[in-house]
Amino acid sequence: MTTFYVPVDAAARSVGADEVAAALAVLHGACVVRTGSRGMLWCEPLVEVDTDAGRVGYGPVTPTAARELADLAGAEPPPTSPLRTAYLGLVEQHPFLARQRRLTTARLGVIDPGDLADYERHGGWAGLRRAFTMTPDAVVAEVTASGLRGRGGAGFPAGVKWATVAGAPGTEKCICANGDEGDSGTFADRMLIEGDPGSLLEGMLIAGYAVGAHTGVVYLRSEYPDAITTLRRAVESARAAGILGPNVLGSGFAFDVDVRVGAGAYICGEETSMLESIEGRRGEVRSKPPIPALRGLFGRPTVVNNILTLATVPAILADGGSTYAAYGTDRSRGTQVFQLAGNIARGGLVEVDFGVTVRELVEGFGGGTRSGRPVRAVQLGGPLGAYLPESALDLPMDYEALAAAGFMLGHGGIVVFDDTVDMARQARFAMEFCVKESCGKCTPCRVGSQRGMESLDRFLAGADPARELPLLDRICTTMAKGSLCAMGQLTPMPVRSALTHFPEDFAGGRR
Amino acid sequence: MGARHEGLAPEREATVRALAARYAVQRTSLLPMLHDVQEHFGFIARQDVVTLADVLNLSIADVHGVVSFYTYFRTSPPLPHQISVCRGEACQAVGAEDLFAATRTAYRESADTEVSEVFCLGNCALGPSGTADGRLLGRLTVDRLTALIPPGRS
Ligand SMILES: Cc1cc2nc3c(=O)[nH]c(=O)nc-3n(C[C@H](O)[C@H](O)[C@H](O)COP(=O)(O)O)c2cc1C
Ligand code: SF4
Ligand code: FES
Repeated sequence: MTTFYVPVDAAARSVGADEVAAALAVLHGACVVRTGSRGMLWCEPLVEVDTDAGRVGYGPVTPTAARELADLAGAEPPPTSPLRTAYLGLVEQHPFLARQRRLTTARLGVIDPGDLADYERHGGWAGLRRAFTMTPDAVVAEVTASGLRGRGGAGFPAGVKWATVAGAPGTEKCICANGDEGDSGTFADRMLIEGDPGSLLEGMLIAGYAVGAHTGVVYLRSEYPDAITTLRRAVESARAAGILGPNVLGSGFAFDVDVRVGAGAYICGEETSMLESIEGRRGEVRSKPPIPALRGLFGRPTVVNNILTLATVPAILADGGSTYAAYGTDRSRGTQVFQLAGNIARGGLVEVDFGVTVRELVEGFGGGTRSGRPVRAVQLGGPLGAYLPESALDLPMDYEALAAAGFMLGHGGIVVFDDTVDMARQARFAMEFCVKESCGKCTPCRVGSQRGMESLDRFLAGADPARELPLLDRICTTMAKGSLCAMGQLTPMPVRSALTHFPEDFAGGRR
Repeated sequence: MGARHEGLAPEREATVRALAARYAVQRTSLLPMLHDVQEHFGFIARQDVVTLADVLNLSIADVHGVVSFYTYFRTSPPLPHQISVCRGEACQAVGAEDLFAATRTAYRESADTEVSEVFCLGNCALGPSGTADGRLLGRLTVDRLTALIPPGRS
């Protein structure tokens, strides 16, 4: 009997993992386990074979290779074999993985996401069990000591947010997990839910215990059907196993989780818009104050945290806040789950300590562009994030260092462009995206983005830059200063960074 | 059953009420109800808005406002085949804008296929990405799409 591990992750499926799994499953003596993906996405579909030395990987593979994979049973293919170039050796020793520090994503690609017993065998519920031996206040203190900051974009200290909710008056409190993940170039929330949903549930349970909440909601985007199915199944199995419900693991603590699905609105990733959406309304941003920590879902004190923030908590509780805080830089503690995307040779998921340079991620891990042409621009932090020129690639990944240089980390998405990119078009797209995704509540964002897009259209059609660019600058200032939320405030970021760092694309007339 | 329900196709209305009955009669149930209606019928008809407004004791305008806010909710029947092409930045970096244009051209004459844009499918390392009849596809080309869904004549 040979055991094969084939990812059930949506990215792996998008390039044929199901077909490979099916071809292996019909072979005599083969047992196929569907796991999450390790995050070596350029190698998908990546098949792992169980051997005495560990799991040996091959990727990318096609269904026609199934027979040979079974015959090899983990051995190195002969030089004449079509599988030769797909041979990866022991997967955990592959340089792409061996150089990572996987804390949040430790189980990703290892376990069967449909089997909570597998989760438990790989360290699952250890953090929760330890939390139950502590007072809720001590749990909050542990998270504060870890230095964990929100992974959704703003980088707000998780422990401080939890302490606010814990101390807020009110008997009914909520934990909302933000899985809207709308930023282009990001997919870590999706991969984590599809590959290790237990870690999210455990993080929510710990958060609930710490702040005194008994209700959890996960908001997932409708573009992620696989994640929705996986998480709903995990919730059902957790209920059946007594891990969710009136008496969590026999502790007497009650907690349950509801999975809610968005409907194609980027703005619903903004926390107050998400709360409106869960309440059954248009996803229009609320003005703050009150902050959600004091008046959130249904007016109750609410912890809103990103999926990765919550999924990191079990490891912090299991191993201690100080262990986590020992990694990283001054005020950016621990690890960050980066996502390498766009025009990149080795795209995928990289969890390493804060402080790593952009260049190490793009060139060291990512291997440069997929096209083989020079890297010209890197967009950090999604559609509202700035474009970095090549000369900025030596910046360290650190919230403060990036902010000081005018950039932001956002949700950790790194989108690489080669030298064929036209930065004036990218600037125009930033405005178009805001036109399409603005919630429409405030004028600087709703109208400003429209006017900004029109100005860039005129510029691209050959209008005089001396007329258009000052106008564009005034529009950006109005949006940045006058908008209610970061959507309108930050859309000028990609636009202005393009103008500042790539002036040659805006010089002279076009055409 | 107030006067505002006159003219509703009774069968469809009954189905919508049955779908809605699985949820608490609270405003927070509106999006799950709309998802179920769209999953069942393929779209949310004007009369479904009226039915759900009645079920939840909301104004028709209010429910209409919610439906129109979210791009995922559609108010007309879908064509038999659906293609979406991602226009997010990561996919743009590997040719998504050309792919989107070429896909629209390839299916311009097809009466049974709808081509739409989408902003990020979470498959940004294997772009350009898209979907064909709900199936996520990476490293997408027009040839792969036309092999899966042959462009028809109008
Ligand atoms: C336009 C916009 C979109 C956002 N999208 C997301 C998102 O998809 N996921 C997310 O976790 N946070 C998103 N955020 C940030 C949230 O508002 C909020 O800060 C975050 O969910 C808090 O969790 P954290 O502290 O764990 O990061 C977005 C913010 C804005 C302004
Ligand atoms: S800035 Fe834009 S998205 Fe944010 S509240 Fe204003 S209109 Fe809505
Ligand atoms: S940008 Fe296209 S899938 Fe993310």
